[in-house]
Amino acid sequence: MTKRLCIHGLAIAGLLASAAVPASAADTITVASWGGTYQEAQTKAFFDPTAKDLGITIKQDTTNGLDDVRLQVTGNAVKWDITELGADECARGSKEGLFEKLDYNVIDKTGINPKLVHDDWVGISYTSVVLIYRTDVFGDKGPKTWADFWDVQKFPGRRALSGSQATETLSVAALAKGIPIDKVYPVDIDGALQSVDKVKGHIDAWWTSGAQAMQLVKDGEVDMASIWNGRAGTLKKSGAPVSFSFDQGVLTADCMVIPKGSKNKDIAMKALAKFVSPDLQANLPLYVDNGPANEKAFETGKIPPERIKDINSAPENVKKQVLQDPAFWRDTLVEATEKFNNLIQQ
Amino acid sequence: MSIASLDHARRPDRALNADALNADARREARGLLALLSPGLFLVFAVIIVPIGWLFWLSLFDESGQLSAANYARFFEQASYIKTFLTTFKVAFFVTGACVLFGYPLAYMLSQLPRRAAGICLIFVILPFWTSVLVRTYAWLVILQRKGLVNTWLIDLGVISQPLPLANNFAGVVIGMTHIMLPFLVLPLYASMKTIDVDCLRAGMNLGASPSATFRQIFFPLSLPGLASGVVIVFVLCLGFFVTPALMGGGKVIMWAMRMEQTTSLYSNWGAGAALGVVLLGVTLALLGLFQWLLGARATGVWSQR
Repeated sequence: MTKRLCIHGLAIAGLLASAAVPASAADTITVASWGGTYQEAQTKAFFDPTAKDLGITIKQDTTNGLDDVRLQVTGNAVKWDITELGADECARGSKEGLFEKLDYNVIDKTGINPKLVHDDWVGISYTSVVLIYRTDVFGDKGPKTWADFWDVQKFPGRRALSGSQATETLSVAALAKGIPIDKVYPVDIDGALQSVDKVKGHIDAWWTSGAQAMQLVKDGEVDMASIWNGRAGTLKKSGAPVSFSFDQGVLTADCMVIPKGSKNKDIAMKALAKFVSPDLQANLPLYVDNGPANEKAFETGKIPPERIKDINSAPENVKKQVLQDPAFWRDTLVEATEKFNNLIQQ
Repeated sequence: MSIASLDHARRPDRALNADALNADARREARGLLALLSPGLFLVFAVIIVPIGWLFWLSLFDESGQLSAANYARFFEQASYIKTFLTTFKVAFFVTGACVLFGYPLAYMLSQLPRRAAGICLIFVILPFWTSVLVRTYAWLVILQRKGLVNTWLIDLGVISQPLPLANNFAGVVIGMTHIMLPFLVLPLYASMKTIDVDCLRAGMNLGASPSATFRQIFFPLSLPGLASGVVIVFVLCLGFFVTPALMGGGKVIMWAMRMEQTTSLYSNWGAGAALGVVLLGVTLALLGLFQWLLGARATGVWSQR
């Protein structure tokens, strides 16, 4: 009799415990991003203020991109509530149905470029692909445009382009043909590939990571390269003899999603709404060179005017650059990347 | 009694004995099987099942339909064949370089007194304990255009233009040779140590010069060790990733790098799985070929003795 009572007691305690779990777990969400200085900046700009405002705990993890999300969602083992991706990855993952729908009654989309506002993903920040050259080789008369970069007679020297980001290198190759920045998209892929073919023999390294691009330029392994603006800024700040500008840059967006099957969807939605709000978006450029996705951030007065000119998504700088179109690459990326790999591996 | 009748009388005894022996052998075999079964189960669960699954996945295309699309891609796109050839070219050069450096090293180790050989062996094994990533970056620092080697050679006036040693094929071969060398030296050294010194003494005693003794006695006896080292290095090279990815400057694409690219490019696991299946098939075929050419001891599958 007492034994049975005891078992009942345990069962009730167990029920209580299981009922209590979701409530406490909902107070914690896990956000995954790219790691490094970028995620540190996001922690200060987005995650910490949001956690404080909503009274929740934000745990962090790092991601390698879409494969990680695909693995979690298709394997029914979703451990992230929000994750960052490249915009073309968001577009492709959306096509595959890997994400939860976003609720734009909770998330305010004003100020975000409509190309980055979708049913199940939203833009979070910008990175630019820029042309960097070493001033100890060229002085201040280095290659300024991609046509210059392609001109091996006028600008002899060693060159590096991205081998892993076919979409970015193809956009750059289109610019090198003299296509004006507002006509690059939709990219004429075959034309861009022909353009890559022209410079291919003069490329000394096809980089596959931002760190590698930085190392190639820093150690003088190459004299000019395509590079992400954050890496270029870090090089310049560390005193390396380099120069770059946003002219003819390729503006690529990063986005955030809620992976399908997230257990804390509602809290994640509220957190995401905070991340893209102008107030927190304005924090990001205070810590890192990646610009905010919400242009209302520039109207908050939080960003010092002298800082604004160095931010890639500042209205002045956006005009000089090509905005990479994620919807275009959603449907063409696989074929274009295979063709690009074929070309550079010959 | 004749011998024939005696023999006849013993026959039932002998049959009885043989039966008992057979039963004994069967019991022992069952016992051994029982002992082996946890191991066999583990091999089945962690090797056979996942590989079978990998093969199964490779038969489905992006829409989840049964198709050969993942394999057809290798023939439709020239770059896969190119990657395949590059992989073999790298494996071939690295194995060659390992033999070139490893054989004299193992020979020297086998001739040293035991204590000295022990100390030298530590230096061979030491790099094993350092991360491949760290060693590859170290080579990058040493070999690049403004790295140690080029700076010294230019300062010494040996060359006027830096040698292209990093971010190309040469860089990959140098970096991988360093990592693969112990895999050749260790089996080679072990087999050299088992060579009977008396055989060499006998040769010398019969008037052979030291070089003839080496050529006609030592070298042939060291071949099984060399063969197993070559097989290990060659097969490991085929699946190598880190060093070619960092040292190749994006121009030397090996099979494993292609697997990584394919896995992130296509939304179905089958695309990458097909590359894995091909690499596994080729590796097994190669092992079979080596076994046929060099004998079972080389591939270490089983000992003929």
